[in-house]
Amino acid sequence: MQEVIQGIPLNWYITLSSILFCIGVLGVLFRRNAIIIFMSIELMLNSVNLLLVAFSASHGDVAGQVFVFFTMAVAAAEIAVGLAILVVMYRNTKSVDIDVLNRLKG
Amino acid sequence: MVTLIILSALGILTLFAQVLRFKKALFPLILVGLATALYFTLPQYNNNPSTWFSSMLGFDNYSAAFSRSIIVIAFLWFMMARNYFLQETSGTDHFALIIFSMVGAISMVSYSNLTMLFLGIEILSLSVYVLAASDKGNILSNEAGFKYFLMGSFATGFLLFGIALIYGVSGSFDLHTIRTSVATHQQPTMVLMGILLLLVGLCFKASLAPFHFWAPDVYDGAPTPVTAYMATVVKTAAFGAFFRLFYTCFPDLIEQWSNVLWWIVALTLFIANITAVRQTSVKRMLAYSSIAHAGYLAIAIVSMNGDASARSILYYTLSYSISTIAAFTVLYIVSRNSGRDDFGAFEGLAKTNPFLSFVMVVAMLSLAGIPPTAGFFGKYYIFQNAITTHNTGLVIVAVLGALVGVFYYFRVIIAVYFKPEQSNIPVTVGSLHQVVLFITTLLTLLLGIFPDWVLQWI
Repeated sequence: MQEVIQGIPLNWYITLSSILFCIGVLGVLFRRNAIIIFMSIELMLNSVNLLLVAFSASHGDVAGQVFVFFTMAVAAAEIAVGLAILVVMYRNTKSVDIDVLNRLKG
Repeated sequence: MVTLIILSALGILTLFAQVLRFKKALFPLILVGLATALYFTLPQYNNNPSTWFSSMLGFDNYSAAFSRSIIVIAFLWFMMARNYFLQETSGTDHFALIIFSMVGAISMVSYSNLTMLFLGIEILSLSVYVLAASDKGNILSNEAGFKYFLMGSFATGFLLFGIALIYGVSGSFDLHTIRTSVATHQQPTMVLMGILLLLVGLCFKASLAPFHFWAPDVYDGAPTPVTAYMATVVKTAAFGAFFRLFYTCFPDLIEQWSNVLWWIVALTLFIANITAVRQTSVKRMLAYSSIAHAGYLAIAIVSMNGDASARSILYYTLSYSISTIAAFTVLYIVSRNSGRDDFGAFEGLAKTNPFLSFVMVVAMLSLAGIPPTAGFFGKYYIFQNAITTHNTGLVIVAVLGALVGVFYYFRVIIAVYFKPEQSNIPVTVGSLHQVVLFITTLLTLLLGIFPDWVLQWI
């Protein structure tokens, strides 16, 4: 197993995380349900984590993996705040569809 | 470093004010804490920065100057926002959030490692997301907070991907290591991709077009004191971080990224100034004006010219923030009095309250960049650097933008002085607001006469 994982070239990791990142970006841009958008943002952040870990292993440098912990902690805090704001919004609008967010214009 | 520790301790102490029942003493305590924090930013580092936590944070003249500027602005902001927060919210937790976000702002201007840049941005943003949505019953505030959160975390994704690519190239998050390794690297695509993504992330945070579309809505929907905070402290910190990153890490690749940023700046100046003209609400006009000012500030990053550019950004952010605090304070008082925030609310203010209208005129003149106010010299130093580095085209765009700016800033002055008053209700100004307005006006005029007071900080 160890050899199989080490045998995967770095470029594959870069391609995979880029694809995951793009899926996340497209999800944020095109989905209308706020919960799905949160998940897409998580996907963006986690594709970055994958990339960081891959680079960290290839450089033999531990800093990248430490950074991943920070990213995970921040992502958790961000989602906590985001869901709290969403709950407040839901109480006023009874919807998690972001199309209701159209009151501010100009 | 002491500044950061004091601010963190102050934030935690503020959280306890409700439980330990010293809420009455809280506001003076915060002001004293901020003054103490300000005192510890005073020493000069010159050429030997002090680094902390295995060079995660590096304090030098640049970071000390920006921290000083952030604390001064926050001090004025607290005096402006006290009444709103103590009367309409529970106060303590909101103040604590602001102080924690200042901790983020100060890490954003003193990082020497990309980890601290990321953490600083997040500490700052997470608090401000909550504050933007803090008017819980108001659906506009909910919407502002939610939009700000979505766009902010979206931008964080780009920023992180950029950081990851730069890390992949250089094998380190340390700014100086990155500088040496990206300059000599064999794989320019990945470096350029990384720089581009970092640029996108930071342009989102600094609200530069085409990534500015969240800003007007968020500024409009958030409670006015929170908007004032976002337009001043957050903007100062964002540009402090932006400049520090590109000045320390990527000055050797300036030919590659300055073209992209050139177009971003030109687009920002064009869109923001044209759209600001169409606004009927003063709050929204100020939001577009803050996007336009982000455009002027970014000129200093395109025309990277060593410490001279750093000085021009510092001076511009400080003068802009002081005038913006004054403008938002007047807007807050007027819109509270009349219940609306369009240009009509300001009509005939000169007759009902001459002091308030004088303050508003000075603030508008400074934002428009008319001498002898501080705003004029801010633009002057930025344009001077741009011309030194042969970015004359950008200066022409910016001057045209500033001319359009004069139009919409003067609409306020015309409403204040040349229109008949709408109502006979006298506008009363609280004593704390009077102090803020007096200090901001005085500073706007004094900094215009003695710009060296600020310029010598770096």
